[in-house]
This record gives sequence, C-alpha cells and structure tokens, in this order.
Amino acid sequence: MSTAVSTASPRAGSVTSGPRRRRLGSTGIVYLALVGILAVSAGLVAAQGGSFFSQGNLFYLLSQTSLLGFVAIGQTFVILCKSLDLSVGYVVAWSSLVAATTMAGDPSRIWLGVVAALAVAAGVGLVNGLVISKLRVNSFIATLGVGLIIKGYLDTQYKGPSGEIPKAFQGFGYTRIGPVPVSVIVLAVVMVLGVVLLTRTRPGYHMFAVGGNIDVARLSGIRTDRSIILAHVLCSLCAGVAGLLIAARFGTGNALVYTYGYDLNSIAAVVLGGTLLMGGRGSILGTIAGVLILASLDTVFNVLDVSPFFKDVLRGAIIIAAVAMYARRQIDPASSRARFRALGRSVGPGSGPDGGGPGSASPTSTTGKEATR
Amino acid sequence: MSASTPATSPSGTQAPTRGGFSRWVQRVTSGSTWTVYALLIVVFVAILVMNPSFGEPMSIMAFLKKAAPLIVLAIGQYFVIVSGEFDLSVGSLVGAQVVIAAKLIDGEESMTWPVIGLMVLFGLGVGLVNGLIVTLLKVPSFITTLGMMLVLYGAIRLWTGGAPTGSLTEGFRQWGRGGLPDTPGQFQVPYAVLITVVLGVVAVVVMRRPFGRTLVATGDNDVAAAFSGTAVWWVRTRAFLFSGFMATVAGILIGGYAGVTAQVGEGLEFMAITAVVLGGVVLGGGRGSVVAAMAGALTLDALFTLFNQLSLPSTIRPAVQGVIIIAAVAYAAMPRRSRTAPPGAPSSPTTPAGVPEPTVPKEPQPAAP
Repeated sequence: MSTAVSTASPRAGSVTSGPRRRRLGSTGIVYLALVGILAVSAGLVAAQGGSFFSQGNLFYLLSQTSLLGFVAIGQTFVILCKSLDLSVGYVVAWSSLVAATTMAGDPSRIWLGVVAALAVAAGVGLVNGLVISKLRVNSFIATLGVGLIIKGYLDTQYKGPSGEIPKAFQGFGYTRIGPVPVSVIVLAVVMVLGVVLLTRTRPGYHMFAVGGNIDVARLSGIRTDRSIILAHVLCSLCAGVAGLLIAARFGTGNALVYTYGYDLNSIAAVVLGGTLLMGGRGSILGTIAGVLILASLDTVFNVLDVSPFFKDVLRGAIIIAAVAMYARRQIDPASSRARFRALGRSVGPGSGPDGGGPGSASPTSTTGKEATR
Repeated sequence: MSASTPATSPSGTQAPTRGGFSRWVQRVTSGSTWTVYALLIVVFVAILVMNPSFGEPMSIMAFLKKAAPLIVLAIGQYFVIVSGEFDLSVGSLVGAQVVIAAKLIDGEESMTWPVIGLMVLFGLGVGLVNGLIVTLLKVPSFITTLGMMLVLYGAIRLWTGGAPTGSLTEGFRQWGRGGLPDTPGQFQVPYAVLITVVLGVVAVVVMRRPFGRTLVATGDNDVAAAFSGTAVWWVRTRAFLFSGFMATVAGILIGGYAGVTAQVGEGLEFMAITAVVLGGVVLGGGRGSVVAAMAGALTLDALFTLFNQLSLPSTIRPAVQGVIIIAAVAYAAMPRRSRTAPPGAPSSPTTPAGVPEPTVPKEPQPAAP
C-alpha cells in the first residue's frame, strides 16, 4: 500500500513534514473504501442467510476482477500520461476474434494466435499513440475515432462469433490453481510488472512527468511523444490480454464484446483507484482496488439478485460518491508541495493544451501518500 | 476565440496580404472555426452532385428537421465543453425524457403541457446535480456525467420495467414532426427548425454577454478566472444547466420525430461531442464558437446523409465517421504559426521575414454569422 507512487524523488517526501506525514494517501483511502464495501456486502449477504465469502462468490469476484483488471491496468498508464483510451473495448473484441480465428481449434497454433492477437492490439496502441502525439489530436477524439474505425471493420468483417479456441487454451479462462483462477495469477504478474515499470524504471518516471506537465517534461529533456506512445501500446496490449481471456472463456471470438462497456468501466475503475484524470498522479495498486470495488459490487448485486437496472443506478451513484469522497483530499492544496500551496487547481479536464495552469506545474509534487513511506 | 468575437480573430494580428480573398482563404484553411463551414459546404455540394433533388426546399427542410435535435444537443454540449468540462449524460437524459413523456402523457392530450413543464424541470435538475457535483464536490465531470448516465439509464428502465410504456400525443409530437404552415405534403418550415434557430440566436446572444465571456475565460484558465473575481462554480453549474435544458428540448424533438423506443438517445453524447469538436471547439475549454459547434452538428448529419447517398453498408459507417473526426481534428491541430504567434511576433507566416509591410487600414470583417 505504501508503494503508492508518484514521481516523488526521495527528497520530496521530506518536504512535507509534521502531522501531514501520518495522513492517509489516496491509495489508502481506496483500500479503506474497498474494505468498507466488502464489509457492507458481507453484512447484507449474511442478513439474507448466505455467505459472501463462499467459494463460488469469491471465484465470481476474482474472475470479474481479472477481466476488467487487465483493461484498467492498461488504462492507468494512459491516464497517468493525461491521455485517455476509449478504444479499449474494441481492442478487446478485435483481439479475441484474431486469437480465435488464428487458432481455429488447432492446439499447435495457440502461440501463433496469442502473438497475432497481441500484435494487433499493440498495433492499435501504436496508431493511437502516433495520432495523439504526432498529429496532436485530443486523446478523447483520437481513441474514439480509432474505436469507431475498428467497430466499422469488425461489424463488416465478422457477422457473429467466429473462430474456435482449442481446449488447451480455454484453460486460461477456467483453470484454477487451488482457489485462484489462472487468469488472476496472470493478472498479478501483469500488475507487478506494471508497478515495477512505474516505480522503478525510467519510462515509468517519464510517464508521470508527462502527465504532470508535458511542457516541463519536454524542457527537461524527456521525449514526451515516446512516453505517450509507450503508454498507449501498453494499454492496448493489456486490452489484448483481456481479449485473449474473453476468447478463452467463450471458446470463440465475438465482436459484440465491445458492448460490454470496458472503455468507460475501466476509466471509472482507474479514477476510483485514485488516479487523477488530469494525469501525473496515481498508482496501479489503486487501480486494482478500484477494479475490486466494482467487482465486489457486481458480485453482491448478483448474490442479492438485484434488478439489473437498479444495479446501474447504484453503480453510477457509488462511483460518483466514492470519487467525491477523496476528490477534495487529492487536490487539497495543502497536500501539494509548499511552494505551490496557494495555487491549488480544481480537478477536471479543465486545463486545455494552452491552459496548463500552475496546479499542473508540479509533476514531482508530493501528496500525503509519499509521506506514508 | 469565437466567431462571435471577430475582433479577436487571427487576421487582426497578421500583416495584411493582398486583398481580402487570400486572407479569407487563409482563414478557411486555418483549421479553426471557419474550416467547419468550408467542410459543410463541401459535403453539401457532394450530396447535391450525387442527388440534385436534395436541393429542393422540401428536402432541405426535411434534412434540417432530422438534424435539429443534434444541433440543439451540440449547443448544450458547447456550453459545457467551452467551460472546460464534459457532459456524457446527455444521451441518457434524452432517452429518459422521451420515456418520461410517454409514460406520463400516456395519450392524454391535456397532459401535454404540464408534462413538458415537468420535463424541463427534470432536465434542469439533472444539469444542476451534474454541475454541483462537478464544482462543489470536485468530482471530474467525466466521472460525474458517466455516473449520471448510468443512474439515468438504470432508473428509467427500473421505473418502466425495462421497456418504455405509454404513448405520446399529437400535441407533443407536432414539435418534432410538424411545421408551419400546417399543410402536410407541401412546403413548410418545421417547428424543429424554428426552435433550433431561436435557441441558436439565444446561445449567440448569451455568449456575447458577460456570462458567455466569463464562461470562455473559465474554460481557458479557471485559476485566472477565479482570481479575477469569477464565481467559477456557479458559471460552470450554469453551463450544465444549459446542457440539461438543451437535452430536454432535443428529447422533445426526437420524441416527436421518431417516437418512443428503448434505444432513444443511445450514443448521442458521443455524437454531440464529436459535432462540437468538428466545429473547432477545443476539448478542455476556452476556445471555439457556438455557431461553429452548430455547424459541426449539421456537418455530421450531412455526412450521414452522404453515406446514405453513397449506399455504403451501414456497418462501415462508424469507420468512416472515425476517420473523418480524426482527420478534422488533426487538420485543426496542425502547427500553424499564425494561430500561436502572439501579436507582433517577428515572423508571421504571411510576412516574409525581414520585409516590413506597410500597415494597410484594416478591412471590414466579414459579418459574423
């Protein structure tokens, strides 16, 4: 939990001192919220005479987590760079189709299918990144447009499910080692890789810097375009893995996967996890907590047999409420570095390309969370 | 900044070139507000070449009637976007309004006006909630309106049990499909077009008033706006109120035009945002004109008409739409020094470096639309 990250240099942590040192970082709050939701869920289910933590429920929760988890981890990279990816849902659908049609039921072609699906996904990410960084198209429009292009291609090319996943690869979707599904183990590996990338490597630091303030990052000698492209390629790769997982679960590829709302749900999960939508601050661990919150909501609604429409109402309200709970704290000017204290800036996509306000001029600013180290 | 403020348009800062024509060409190709008008004309010419009968007044009016709801939505979305926020809830709101109307009116002609009043209140209420959550609770508008979208989507279906019930009255539907004079089959000006024009004029006037200027300033830099005495929260909340109101009007028009289905409004939020961005309004706020946003909506609808004429398979349409919005925004974002150079910068693209041109009296600006 204390690995919650920002680009904080070791010294930056010591700038904030005093009582603030003990303040809970946003990742901490997210995990508290998760614990709270789990407790309430368990209570509600227990009141109905069931057990929230039964084997079946946990398995459902974990398998829900792994699907959205891959997409959301990818989305975290992109949002950290102050970008956005609305095309992930279509990438998930496309890569599931590519995997299924390439494998075509032949176990010897499994690796070919995996590579092909990931290559297609990476290609989409590359296009996204190039359009955003080189053509300077706003990420919202660029990824919406790329998503629409993929949608057009998929709808024209594939009428209904196609391809077949060999039995051996379907294990990726169903097998579990002990109580833990294989997909969750893969998710954990991806998560660890992501955390290491963001907290221990140069490209990761660069992503934070680019998201914090792209002009400052460029003036500091960072090739900002590369960071953005890398983030988008990673994001689409993660979506590609999610596509593989879905294909393994269904046993076939299906274009309609894009109607599952992975794009908006993954963004909601990332923001629930305490990553700033305006970039520069956040963590993958927080994102995982966000995904877990959404998945446990789904699970408890399922167990309690809530009407699917009421689910939407509750989910919407809870997303807003949860983000509101720590939105104020995140942008609390006092949690920024002392120098910028007077210049706290409200959250929102409010800072246009030319509107980079003073609040975003502190890519290495410290929030309470570093202080918990 | 906006077309309604011609005094700040780039030509004022450039060294004059030969005559008004090349300046005009430069402005049209500049990728900002004026490009959308050029694009609109190109698309219209293409449609006319494919199908000359499209130019008849009745076809034009039918087209405008179909396009009116999106234009109205684009006006509302413009207010929100220019203030630096998003509104993703308008699609759900339109759907909700149509379903509410059908359920509450339920064929009772006498209920038409009370229900319309209720719908307006509901739209304003949704806008108010959006605005207050964004401004006071500091939740990013993307998340707020996304949540609102889910809430509305679920609540409406919960209320009606999944499928819309009830029916609309003729008095309600006339706004979406009727016109003046009331002689079906002959030339008439649809009410939808009249309403759109009125709302467009109101929007232009509002953007010229202090509120509009403050809105743009807030979108450009909310810290600066706050330091200069703007109540940022109230300005942005009012933008969301506008958006909620416009979504209500769009709902009335769509309900009248197309009737009640479960899918009404789906995807409209992205269409509206696309239209506004196509009109040269910058996501993130502070730049763009409301008339151009309306023209963007008209262009988008004209493009769909063009796809119909070309008889493209309907499945490929999203792809073409995607290419066009990326191309349009990429074109607008192409580096042009004329847009970024401050007044009096040494190298303006139209001025050969080192050749000081005599100052020619500024020619009258083309009238702002």
